[in-house]
Amino acid sequence: MRAQYIARSPRIAARLLGGEMIVISAEDSALFSLNDIATAIWLAADGRTPLREIVEQRVCAEYAVDPETALRDAEELVRELSAHGILLSSDQPFPDAA
Amino acid sequence: MLPPLGPRGEGLAAELAGTANQRLRAAPGPETDFRHGLLAAPRALEVILNIGDLPIGLRTSDSCFTGMLQERYAGFLTPGALPAVEFDVELVSPEAASLDDDLRVTTAAGRWWLERGDFWAEFDPAARRGRIRQSANPYSIDSVLRIVHTLMLAGTGGFLLHAASGSRNGRAFLFAGPSGAGKTTIASLAPTDVTLFTDEVSYVRKRPEGYWCYGTPFTGELAKPGVNASAPVAALYLLAKGDANRLEPVGPAEAARRLLEDILFFARERGPVGQLFQAACDFVTQVPTYRLTFAPDARVWEMVV
Repeated sequence: MRAQYIARSPRIAARLLGGEMIVISAEDSALFSLNDIATAIWLAADGRTPLREIVEQRVCAEYAVDPETALRDAEELVRELSAHGILLSSDQPFPDAA
Repeated sequence: MLPPLGPRGEGLAAELAGTANQRLRAAPGPETDFRHGLLAAPRALEVILNIGDLPIGLRTSDSCFTGMLQERYAGFLTPGALPAVEFDVELVSPEAASLDDDLRVTTAAGRWWLERGDFWAEFDPAARRGRIRQSANPYSIDSVLRIVHTLMLAGTGGFLLHAASGSRNGRAFLFAGPSGAGKTTIASLAPTDVTLFTDEVSYVRKRPEGYWCYGTPFTGELAKPGVNASAPVAALYLLAKGDANRLEPVGPAEAARRLLEDILFFARERGPVGQLFQAACDFVTQVPTYRLTFAPDARVWEMVV
């Protein structure tokens, strides 16, 4: 299985308010709210760390969930956020990632 | 939603022609530059509108249009003030307007372009100058002014908000909500010790000491203009209609989401959208925000303290 890398889109703004991450897309001003787990993945989306590793380190280590289920849910989240253009996904690390 | 271009019939033209109290000001530029032999060119008239502590000068050679501006924005005129931003307004035939075109607000090389079927405008925020081309109607200039104010506010932590507002004992209260949420209703229920600023669009400016709210002349087509008054913001109330009056605190994330829904903004550029987003987030972390469910009952104002 090929690794999946994720990075936050440069065309968004985000803010953690009262423990809840809210994200706005500059494309259409659509607003998104992320729950705790989605926020953990979002914050770790540095473009260099494989999604599987993010899930192991940021989700499985913090929440009582088995790795395969967590990865499946994370992949679904990534698909959803990518479809809205607020998260970028690739099978290669992002060259400009910080 | 901005009001559409309205008809400009004989009645309006006649009404405009009848407005005589105009302030003449000779303006620099080719219109009055005698060295170039333009002696026959009309003198420029300037109206200075001070909305939200931002005086904007509108220059045109059309006295009827100037009269219309003075009438429409009567409470917001500041004759003699030094405008912070100046626009030259070129009036064109209303036949050139297309009512079907969507608004486009774009930027390049530090300038903004505002375009809709009924107007075109160019604005250089650094030079604080711009040009507007439209027919002699109040709706287009009103739209341009709203957009320019939102652009000028974007980097300052302020915004224009779909909200009624007013002050009591020197403290301002904002009542935000979309059309139908009850802005006009709650304004109409205000007791006599409340100074109403507006029942439609409020102006929020961030100052070193906190947020200030101002009334604006921006209205829907049927509403009356607000008043030129301001006060420090004490609270934001997110309006909802219900069977009884109820006040509940709202957490910052929900408050930011609701606030962003009610903020007027027209650009889609990443920079200004991000600035506005951060401005809304900053506001809700500093200003107490409540959900105010109310029945059409004046006792709701007992909860506004």
